[in-house]
Amino acid sequence: MNQLDIPAVITNLPEVLAFIGKHLDEVGCSTSDRYKIEVAAEEVFTNISSYAYNPEVGSASVRVEILNDPITVEISFIDNGVKYDPLARPDPNTSLSAKERKRGGLGIFMTKKFMDDVNYEYKDGQNILTLKKTV
Amino acid sequence: METKLNKEGTKLTIEIAGRLDTLTAPEFEKEVEPALDGITDLTIDLKDLEYISSAGLRALLGLAQTMEDKGQMKVTNPNDAVMDVFSVTGFDDILNIV
Repeated sequence: MNQLDIPAVITNLPEVLAFIGKHLDEVGCSTSDRYKIEVAAEEVFTNISSYAYNPEVGSASVRVEILNDPITVEISFIDNGVKYDPLARPDPNTSLSAKERKRGGLGIFMTKKFMDDVNYEYKDGQNILTLKKTV
Repeated sequence: METKLNKEGTKLTIEIAGRLDTLTAPEFEKEVEPALDGITDLTIDLKDLEYISSAGLRALLGLAQTMEDKGQMKVTNPNDAVMDVFSVTGFDDILNIV
């Protein structure tokens, strides 16, 4: 099974990470790459859980594909919630002091930094965010 | 996630173990914020912190912002993965990591 369909609620995060982790085990992913993938997956699933259907609860699908040569993990998050492109948000200014820092925007910023490629698509009423990382 | 608070006068050390993420950060903030009353010297010991995401960063930023008006805060012993997160987000500049 390479797809998990799950209610988009934040308490399902451990199940999402376990599902992705199982695929990472199969390709012998390093601890460091696994960490980065977990951070990215947490940010994306948290966003969907918090905003896609708010205040209703909807469903999310997580699809994992392993591409070969070089081994690349491709994870797609799909929801039918409100159209939202997280990549359109400007990056936070990481050179500001603690006092000047705003509390938001770091999650998707780290996702972009930690993955080799992040792609957003809105198709047939679905938000599709795809993360790619060569491991 | 587990936290251990050790208070000596106006000094407070907070040890965080496990994962500081979107599920655990709210609980962490709720536990720690009331303990900052009267504290002028705060140490956050991360030696047993395995994982931090943006929710955890927001919690640490909140502490750093609170302490800016009250005294000083330092962060000790982040592991390599946690340090990676600090570096990529510029938190290595805004947290006093010793």
